[in-house]
Amino acid sequence: MSQPRSEEFRVVNHSVPRRDGIAKVTGRALYVSDLTVPRMAFAKVLRSPHAHARIVSVDTAKAAAFPGVIAVLTGENVSGVNPYYGHAVKDHPLIAIERVRYAGEPVAAVIAEDERAAAEALGLIEVEYQELKPVLTPKEALAPGAPLLHERQFEAGALRGFEGEVTAGKGSNLCQAARVKWGDVEAAFARAATVVEGEYYFPMAYAYAMEPYVAIAEVSENGATIYSSAQHPFMVRHDLTTVLNLPLSQIRLVVPFVGGGYGSKSYTKIEPLVVACALKAGRPVKLQLSAEEAILTTRSDDALTWMRTAVDGQGRIIARQAKIYLNTGAYAENSPLVAEKAANRAVGPYRIPNVEIECYAVYTNTVPASSFRGFGCAQVTTAGEAQIDELAAKLGRDPLEFRLANAAEKGDSFFPKMRPFDGNLAEDLALAARALDWGKPLAKNHGRSIGCSGSDAGAYPLTSAAVRVHADGSVSVMTGSTELGQGSHTILAQIAAEELGVPFDRVRVVSSDTAITPYDRSTGASRTTTLMGRAVLEASREAIAQMRAMAAQLLSAKEEDVKPISGGVECGEARFTWAEILSRYFGLPDGDVLGRAYLRKTGDLAQLPVFWEVACTGVEISVDEETGSIRMEKLATVGDVGLAINPALAEGQDLGAAVMGMGIGLFEELIYDGPQLMNGNLLGYRVPRFSDLPREVKLQLVERRDGVGPYGAKGGGEASLNSMPVNIANGLFSATGVRVRRAPLTPEKVWRALKENKR
Amino acid sequence: MKIQFQLNGKPTEVEFEPQETLAEVLRDRLNLTGTKVSCEVQVCGACTVLVDGLPVSACTLLAYEARNRDVLTIEGLARPNGTLHPIQQAFIDEFAFQCGYCTPGMILASKALLDENPAPSEAEIKEYMDGNICRCTGYVPIIKAIQRAAKVMSGQ
Repeated sequence: MSQPRSEEFRVVNHSVPRRDGIAKVTGRALYVSDLTVPRMAFAKVLRSPHAHARIVSVDTAKAAAFPGVIAVLTGENVSGVNPYYGHAVKDHPLIAIERVRYAGEPVAAVIAEDERAAAEALGLIEVEYQELKPVLTPKEALAPGAPLLHERQFEAGALRGFEGEVTAGKGSNLCQAARVKWGDVEAAFARAATVVEGEYYFPMAYAYAMEPYVAIAEVSENGATIYSSAQHPFMVRHDLTTVLNLPLSQIRLVVPFVGGGYGSKSYTKIEPLVVACALKAGRPVKLQLSAEEAILTTRSDDALTWMRTAVDGQGRIIARQAKIYLNTGAYAENSPLVAEKAANRAVGPYRIPNVEIECYAVYTNTVPASSFRGFGCAQVTTAGEAQIDELAAKLGRDPLEFRLANAAEKGDSFFPKMRPFDGNLAEDLALAARALDWGKPLAKNHGRSIGCSGSDAGAYPLTSAAVRVHADGSVSVMTGSTELGQGSHTILAQIAAEELGVPFDRVRVVSSDTAITPYDRSTGASRTTTLMGRAVLEASREAIAQMRAMAAQLLSAKEEDVKPISGGVECGEARFTWAEILSRYFGLPDGDVLGRAYLRKTGDLAQLPVFWEVACTGVEISVDEETGSIRMEKLATVGDVGLAINPALAEGQDLGAAVMGMGIGLFEELIYDGPQLMNGNLLGYRVPRFSDLPREVKLQLVERRDGVGPYGAKGGGEASLNSMPVNIANGLFSATGVRVRRAPLTPEKVWRALKENKR
Repeated sequence: MKIQFQLNGKPTEVEFEPQETLAEVLRDRLNLTGTKVSCEVQVCGACTVLVDGLPVSACTLLAYEARNRDVLTIEGLARPNGTLHPIQQAFIDEFAFQCGYCTPGMILASKALLDENPAPSEAEIKEYMDGNICRCTGYVPIIKAIQRAAKVMSGQ
């Protein structure tokens, strides 16, 4: 645990214990999995065994007659809803209609009095399929004459997140193309002194939020109420307005504690299906997926990246060119935005005068891909940071020194039209290097690597918050940001407590109920501290301003003579607490004051990104040449968070992200064997365990107070993942001189590479 | 069918279908939702409860197997007056959880470890706890919490 470090602040910048601590260690914290509503029925889903097929017929008669079954939903009988949804492209049917496009796609749902009856009845549904040829990789999908997944053009979703044409459905399997270009790449490569070129693979990863997707839907003449494990309740609400054809006010998303997200619970997942089940059954319906079904719902985009990078005679990087193919799966989900971000982030945090990056998100007959912690960045950093080390090796330079010589500096407008770079990589890389004893001799078969990333954070500034000061001076913070475990309840309460001068324990955070809490665009892109934190700060100050005006009125004083002090105001000799102001103003010890703040893309938030998410990670690894297995010796992270509202929570984000990235670097990968997932469960999909931990871990936060967030804070939480997979590959090169360009670096892959190199 | 067992220190009788798992009976019949279910194949440890003091995956143990035995779930760990068990307090003090979904199982597995080995080394902690997955924290804070709890429990 970090020690309190600040004299300036009373509550923020201290590692205050988590607000949800007691609830979570006693088992009392409630997740949607734990909720029931009166008259609730249960749904189970029948999934397609085929990757691509026409549904000839679905016979549900026997299932419908099974004891306890209330209704069976299929693509044929779905009614009362617009069955296609998608915030980026409305290509996703809530249940397969006429076609299935991946093995595991929902084909029918049984709604029954209990889960067991629903599960048993699934086995009585008879589906006749006519198999079609599947395409499983972007290469297959883009080949001339490839079968098309989608034959019609779709509407753009309302919240796609960027300006761009919808490519989907235009006669090819291209879901979205993104392009970044400046300078003259061809000319630069023509005059380059040294060039590296290669093809890199980032695997299909599964976030494994330990709480699988779950939702409960209740639809009545009063509107719809949906309890969901969604990260972004307001985004889901928006999608459901078109599914249900209801106004925003009639759709209430409620998100209690969420059992992990990491991006995998961003945007709409099973909610439209559950809503359709509830309509079909005329009852509230709960759908709890298993972990195996969660794998069949969302994964990360795997990426094949061709990249080349050039330096001039002075060792300055002069050009980078890349083509990135994202395997997007059967439906667009968030992959169009992943493509855009991957293209941007392939530039890396480097000053490169000539750039041309193309990124293609491609439909295939596989599980739909979407956001995954820092989306797009880890995919391309796996290529970009490898090339930095490859160039350094070719030039005979130290990779750290070569990085420093080319890294973007603070204030550099290294990416046209974007906010100037706000990181300081020279300092951060030096911190990481020191933690790794950079430069000291390594033991045999040991290797070191340092990597960095700078992401144009996808945090669009559209965020509101309300802060209610109650008659006794206690405070409620109303926020649309979801508590996923990142600690939003804690840090938002810290900010309100700091501003209002009330004890931390007297602040309660009410979150993610679209009927009650003000709008927040999402809980993703490391935005909560920066944007919601600032909204809570501004709303607290607005409440203070109101109470100051009340006090001035009560005292018949001028407002400027009423001075806010911690927990109240003073005016001359007179001092009033918030409670005293309220009870005098309202005439009873009752009532409340509602402070509010609306953040939008204006002022210092006008230029995107609102911050660059910058992090460095470094590793020391050792390689067992006999087995090819890589062991983590040391891990160092450096997170540039502007100011840590809660240092322990910020460090926790960095470590969690780095270990997740380590897993992808070492062994995490969903593997398709033909059209079927070979390891679509937790027996086959390996995530990091206690025994995988590095022997030494050093976490460092950098606090320059240079962010647009509260007290100079910036976002963190994603970036420490980005450079970890490539650190493993660069570490292997450092240890053995052998380069592996496909993650994960499993023992078999490493063993083969070492063996081949010996020949 | 009906079974009797000792649940969180209290004699308990419950009626259930023979195919139900202990996790189902705890969560759905006894409303003890602190026990979480995640992987359902005995690899994640989220559903860990203690049966006769030893860690068991409740997601794959038939409830029938718990008959006449002593079952401890996360709900039974704090004292009736609300005082947290030292392991629970240490998890809070060390920030040893984020989303909290693995936490009940993680805490109960830690209890089984410390009951068996009151002063485990870091290597022993890693080995014993390897059957419990946490996707949020990166484990280091959990190791620190177990070490802290070990000290408190042994009166140091």
